[in-house]
Amino acid sequence: MARAYAIQAEGLAKRFKDTLALDGVDLAARTGTVLGLLGPNGAGKTTAVRIFATLLQPDAGRAEVAGHDVVREAGVVRSLVGLTGQYAAVDENLTGTENLLLIGRLLGTPRREAKARAAELLERFGLTDASGRAVKTFSGGMRRRLDLAASLVGRPSILFLDEPTTGLDPRSRGELWDMLRGLVAEGVTALLTTQYLNEADLLADRIVVMDKGRIIAEGTSDELKSQVGGQVLQVRPVRERDLAAAHSLVARAAGPQTRIEGDAVTAPVGGPELMPAVVRGLDGAGIAVGELTLRRSSLDEVFLALTGHRAGPAGGRREAAKAWSGERDEERTVSAS
Amino acid sequence: MTATAAQAPVTAGGRVRPGAGLRQTATMAWRSLVAIKHNPLELVDYSITPIMFVFLFTYVLGGQMAGSPDVYLTYALPGIIVQNTLFMTTYTALALNTDLTKGVFDRLRSLPIARSAPLIGRITADLAKHVWAMLLMIGLGLALGFRVTGGFGGFLAGALLLVVFAAAVSWAAVLIGMLAGDAEKVQAFGFTLIFPITFTSSAFVVVDTMPGWLQAWADVNPVTHLSDAYRGLLLGGEVGRPLLWSLVWAAGIAAVFYPLAMRAYRAKA
Repeated sequence: MARAYAIQAEGLAKRFKDTLALDGVDLAARTGTVLGLLGPNGAGKTTAVRIFATLLQPDAGRAEVAGHDVVREAGVVRSLVGLTGQYAAVDENLTGTENLLLIGRLLGTPRREAKARAAELLERFGLTDASGRAVKTFSGGMRRRLDLAASLVGRPSILFLDEPTTGLDPRSRGELWDMLRGLVAEGVTALLTTQYLNEADLLADRIVVMDKGRIIAEGTSDELKSQVGGQVLQVRPVRERDLAAAHSLVARAAGPQTRIEGDAVTAPVGGPELMPAVVRGLDGAGIAVGELTLRRSSLDEVFLALTGHRAGPAGGRREAAKAWSGERDEERTVSAS
Repeated sequence: MTATAAQAPVTAGGRVRPGAGLRQTATMAWRSLVAIKHNPLELVDYSITPIMFVFLFTYVLGGQMAGSPDVYLTYALPGIIVQNTLFMTTYTALALNTDLTKGVFDRLRSLPIARSAPLIGRITADLAKHVWAMLLMIGLGLALGFRVTGGFGGFLAGALLLVVFAAAVSWAAVLIGMLAGDAEKVQAFGFTLIFPITFTSSAFVVVDTMPGWLQAWADVNPVTHLSDAYRGLLLGGEVGRPLLWSLVWAAGIAAVFYPLAMRAYRAKA
């Protein structure tokens, strides 16, 4: 009898010295779905995962995995879950096979079975050729794949994936995504944390957006996108020197959320009168336009609208800004390849 | 899945079965030892410094220290082995620190296994490496003219004494491994702690020639007792007092560091 929710938490709070890492967080993932936890560094995503994986105890609130309390029934929870962290938690001095064999043996699997399971997982993750090599000779992508394989040795029905693709090159990231999709297709429930909007968009059934230990939005990717005005107007002047003029012109009609992105001006669409107003204004100012489009907001814009802060270089947001801009570059690379 | 579920290491209540805990510890020990297969030089790593010490002390300093290299080798070899044993506990701290910083402990803790298995497994495997290094050094000593005049019994008792002492010191190493921020700090700590303690003891010299204040320290220094006891066991002779004090020190070190180490381990790993 499958439960409706494989992962559930209510009012989770956790404080580390002066920082409130989690400030009353409610989470729930339906069995067999992927819940995406999206947010910049320091949002509290990892803390939430560590509580679910029994590595941390919450200061307040409770968390359940398959109906088992993560504090009182930690042992049971551990036998049901698999954890893949930001760092590939594998022994560099052992081979791929030995790393998986180690986990299998720890779980009480007889030697022969554990060996068969290791071979099966190595095959599945494309590591068979490297299975006899020490992990320290592996590339970053291979390590991450081995780490994911290690979390699957005990055939967990619930997986915690804490930024599984952070630091990977676009190609390795794509490979890992395919592997995660395959797992989800087999009915595994997953809690996936990520700083990458497109990763959440691609893999998660529901997305919870976190910032500074709190949930600031939640829903499907489509729901989140429509939550913030839905549509975006994009104007690309033919001449780049017209960019500033186009920006102030659009801003007059659309308001302060108008931004310059690359060689284009973007603005959220508040109502049907915006588009004609912008067209008239551009015409009157004599600005030749190469592109004028209405499109749905990207999750990137959703996050900015929700948190109210542009992922700019100010103060503590710097790291997050780096992650966001880095991601945009990589997205471009992916679509180009 | 059903086949594995039948031998699940966790009871319905989520507790680790005692037999399973032992097996998990053995598995963790296997993990520490199997790594040697891929990096055989690790075994030499443990002994390269002490081997250099044996040559240095015997042929460079020996004549000056004791009139002839052979005589000094007989005195110094047990001390060099004692010093190496203490140094090697740093490897325990290093390995645990690496597991901690690389996230391996997170993975292990998310598994339904006995909490102590990674720790005890590591210490057990490292004690086996202690024995290996000791055998290597005795072998080298024999080749250079050292003779175990205490007989096989003395040799075995000496080995046992070193293992017991190393096990006690390992708890201090665990504490360092858990508290140090990175591998370099572990090494620096081990070096700055163990070097002065071993050199201000009777490991390499008779303490009589030291100034009075240093002699007072050397007389109570645990390494003095351990060196005297081990030397006595290997060479044959009166060992009662230093042996007793060595065991008292081992018990004291374990009594202080075991609870501290376990607390740090529970909090961090």
